[in-house]
Amino acid sequence: MNLASPRRAAASLARNLALVLIGLCFVVPLAWLVLASIDTSPSQRTEVPEGFTLANYQAVLTFDGTLLPLWNSTLLSTGTAIVTVLVAVLAAYPLSRYQSRFNKPYLYAILFGTCLPITAIMVPVYSLFVRLGYLDNLAAVTFFMAATSLPMAIWMMKNFMDSVPVSLEEAAWVDGASAMGTLRRIVVPLMRPGIAVVFIFVFIQAWGNFFVPFILLLSPAKQPAAVSIYSFFGQYGTVAYGELAAFSLLYSLPVIALYVLVSRGIGGSFALQGAVKG
Amino acid sequence: MRLLPVAPSIVLLALFMVGPVVWAFYVSFTNTALTGRAARAPQWVGLDNYVDLFTDRAFPLSLLLTFVFVLGSAVIGQNLIGLGLAILMTRANRVVRAVVGTALVAAWVLPEIVAAFAAYAYFADDGTLNQLLAAIGIAGPNWLFDFPMLAVILANVWRGTAFSMLVYEAALNDVPPEITEAAIVDGAGGAKRLWWVTLPMIRSSIATNLMLITLQTLAVFTLIWVMTKGGPGMASSTLPVFAYQEAFKFQQIGYGSAIAVVMIVVGAIFSVGYIRMLRPERDT
Repeated sequence: MNLASPRRAAASLARNLALVLIGLCFVVPLAWLVLASIDTSPSQRTEVPEGFTLANYQAVLTFDGTLLPLWNSTLLSTGTAIVTVLVAVLAAYPLSRYQSRFNKPYLYAILFGTCLPITAIMVPVYSLFVRLGYLDNLAAVTFFMAATSLPMAIWMMKNFMDSVPVSLEEAAWVDGASAMGTLRRIVVPLMRPGIAVVFIFVFIQAWGNFFVPFILLLSPAKQPAAVSIYSFFGQYGTVAYGELAAFSLLYSLPVIALYVLVSRGIGGSFALQGAVKG
Repeated sequence: MRLLPVAPSIVLLALFMVGPVVWAFYVSFTNTALTGRAARAPQWVGLDNYVDLFTDRAFPLSLLLTFVFVLGSAVIGQNLIGLGLAILMTRANRVVRAVVGTALVAAWVLPEIVAAFAAYAYFADDGTLNQLLAAIGIAGPNWLFDFPMLAVILANVWRGTAFSMLVYEAALNDVPPEITEAAIVDGAGGAKRLWWVTLPMIRSSIATNLMLITLQTLAVFTLIWVMTKGGPGMASSTLPVFAYQEAFKFQQIGYGSAIAVVMIVVGAIFSVGYIRMLRPERDT
């Protein structure tokens, strides 16, 4: 097609060039992360490393430094995702299968909940946690984070469930299966990809969440990587940029891997559709 | 009975979402503090916190900064650049599309705190941006100190644009090619086609996207906190940062809750607009 007219070829070249340039602008701050993490004398500048080293990774790979925080992140995110998915599947089932006066107001409330900026409620949540004695309690924070991701999870789950044909369940009902039995044996297995998308979506959000554990978890032994990486950044007068970058990358890897998994394996636009388009 | 499975979700949402919102309204009418007598026995102070808010010079400034942040980084930055990129992407070379798409999405996929570190190093006085400017002979300013709002806005554009781009790419792919072809046959040029054909076709995606990124940007805390801590002074304290500082640094939970209530109300106004567009009954 480009051979058809030189003017069109030029326009197409300009488009591609513009994209490459914008892409470069976007990639430079990220390049710093990678380069600084393997540089023997890292700074805030993006430069070709003076010497290649893995010393920064070695320095941060200690139990208290990264392994415990990453383990805490794993606990917090996995716990949040499991609670959210369980509760969301249960809630989505009646919303998707039965007509009821209750459905519409509940779905409106859910949608409203997806919009509520969580940073706005952190001050009251903190004082609520103080009152209830939940401060620094990993389980309570897990349930709180599950609650904040529930509206979006229920919304996505209901949309996935709506696309599972109801005829199979009707056959099971005729055979005398209970509603919970059909949910467990028929609906859940059929919507496994949808459940995986919701699980990963919630996991990624919880893994990256800084503000909530920053406010609600006080003892360093319980803090997830997002918070301990921040104290790493703030603690010392001069920041150890190489180690900061190395820790940042280690901490980001699981999220990147999961994102690739979702966008390649289960279908990126499919996931987005459940979340955005309704 | 059939609604019983919904119960756990209602309990969780009531305890941790509705609870705090109601609690915020209540606490905002008291003088609750973190320490001292007001912490043990907070008193009802009526509208005092709100009166303080609007007579305090800091609050209107913070409101203005939030507005500038949302307008600059979400409505203009992420939205327009995302749309532009999506249009370029649909007509770009396949390899370019894959490579550039990955670069853009990478900034969006990274955890917020990591993105914030990267942006901090980029805009720092001794950082990459000034290094690049120096390479073409310009002595760059100390971005985080002299132009903190510009720095955090650009950082948020960098981080969030990929989302808008993905939404618009999906929307543009849904525009039937016959319609664009018909417009070409009728002699409409590129710009006219975009304005009169393509944009009206993806109107609902634009509205949904705008609403979502506005709400997300309204809630941004980590990025600003890492880059500038809301400073220098108050120069980049948007509402979330302002509420955090009042509540935890100055220990005025009551006052901080009043700010939270304002944020909740602003968020609620946008949510109502967003919900009207999605209307759940349409797909049952």
